[in-house]
Amino acid sequence: MTVSLMNNTVANDQNTAASSNIVYETKQMNLWYGANHALKNIDMKIMENEVTAIIGPSGCGKSTYIKTLNRMVELVPSVKTSGEILYRERNIFDKDYRVEELRTRVGMVFQKPNPFPKSIYDNIAYGPRIHGIKNKKILDEIVEKSLRGAAIWDEVKDRLNENAYGISGGQQQRICIARALAIEPDVILMDEPTSALDPISTLKVEELVQELKKDYSIIIVTHNMQQASRISDKTAFFLNGEVVEFDKTDSIFSNPADKRTEDYISGRFG
Amino acid sequence: MRYIEHDAVVKRMNSRMVVNKVFKGFFIFATSLALLALVILLYRIVTQGAGHLSIDFLTNFASRFPEKAGIKAALIGSIWLMAVVAPTSIILGVGSAVYLEEYAKKSRLTTFIQTNIANLAGVPSVVFGLLGLTIFVRTLSLGNSILAAGFTMSLLILPVIIVAAQEAIRSVPKELRDASYGMGATKWQTIVKIILPAAIPGVLTGSILALSRAIGETAPLIVIGIPVIIQFLPKGVMDTFTALPMQIYDWSSRPQQEFQMVAAAGIIILMAFLIIMNSIAVAIRNKYDKRY
Repeated sequence: MTVSLMNNTVANDQNTAASSNIVYETKQMNLWYGANHALKNIDMKIMENEVTAIIGPSGCGKSTYIKTLNRMVELVPSVKTSGEILYRERNIFDKDYRVEELRTRVGMVFQKPNPFPKSIYDNIAYGPRIHGIKNKKILDEIVEKSLRGAAIWDEVKDRLNENAYGISGGQQQRICIARALAIEPDVILMDEPTSALDPISTLKVEELVQELKKDYSIIIVTHNMQQASRISDKTAFFLNGEVVEFDKTDSIFSNPADKRTEDYISGRFG
Repeated sequence: MRYIEHDAVVKRMNSRMVVNKVFKGFFIFATSLALLALVILLYRIVTQGAGHLSIDFLTNFASRFPEKAGIKAALIGSIWLMAVVAPTSIILGVGSAVYLEEYAKKSRLTTFIQTNIANLAGVPSVVFGLLGLTIFVRTLSLGNSILAAGFTMSLLILPVIIVAAQEAIRSVPKELRDASYGMGATKWQTIVKIILPAAIPGVLTGSILALSRAIGETAPLIVIGIPVIIQFLPKGVMDTFTALPMQIYDWSSRPQQEFQMVAAAGIIILMAFLIIMNSIAVAIRNKYDKRY
């Protein structure tokens, strides 16, 4: 499979900002849903142009954490946080940090493919349009570049004006990835992006992730440990709202430091 | 040890089947009764009124002679009324629904407001007439104008529109909101570009049902003093007017037998008006109906 991004300026001009290549630095971050303490003292550094996988059993807080990185978690009423998450050295919980600004830099792909009930073209153009791009020619270019970036251009180039619901679930998910690419983000968050897909579509998305990490930093939550070991550079193991272990994927899977990590990846629970 | 004795089950099978059939019959009977009533009503009205329908009936003003009586003033009056009621009630209704569903935090106050909106939908229309008389006719000195009547009718149907729009907005999948917010869209952009387009079919169905109610209501118009016999057409929203149900009510309460025919003809026009409105709603709904 070949994926050609038309140019790499997207990631490059955003990376020049700080010399450090830390994208996200989480410091002593806690999160509560009402009285439920869902994330406990999280400390993590996420590096540029890497794939960071987050694994753990259901209810361990991995989805909550990834949704905190673009503050989508705040759509749930009664959420409280403490501590800091620095994105490119700026605390995203700062009062004057606008979530809309954060979310234009940090794209998200969700568990279930969720295209809008609009044409494929309008789905991809949605992000650029809300950020003020009206020029049809520029939109056309963004749509093509994003669809190529998500390795689905060849499959849909003749049906851009068809409703996005008319294509298969796997294609829909890649449309959603293309839609996230269209806002030219710096980071892509993926919340179990393949859990609703068949094995072949899953493979395509995994290959895509490998391509995308050249230009983007990717954080992916997954239930599937094989997936984590196949595609990620670093893996974090979450359990009961804590980071049990966070290290290079190779060491996590071949030589886990913590007994609980070993039990989980060897399938003794979870 | 078995709990289900199959012999006993077979024995009881007959009586179960009888009960099954009896209830099926009852439900068919209930539906037919409603249909029959409708058919009789339509038949009576059409046989009585069809003879009186003509172009003259549409273009004449009211008259004390049944053969000259026309519905022009009432028909045009009802169109004027709808022109005020539809935008007022839909804009305010959808606005309230958007606020309650998308902005308001769940609190005791919003629950209280919510319950009361639902209750308001059940308040008799004559009460809204009194409210309109106090607020619009007297306090705001709008008199018995189209504007006063339109605002009163809007108040009357607002609760129904709010509740219908809320349900339509609530049924828009959360995933679509997530996708929009996830790309950095503001709440307003998400509402305008994603939520409302997806909610339009439901909003329209509710709104048209509510408008149909407004077009047939008589009591609030009587309370705010809308005249029955008018020999001119309104020129603006501050003029007085009369409406279809007022005119029909007047004709049907006259002693002369011929006026019953005129009333029936008026009812045919009113129903045609309703059917046209409903068809527009269905057309718009089909255009926007998309599955998620």
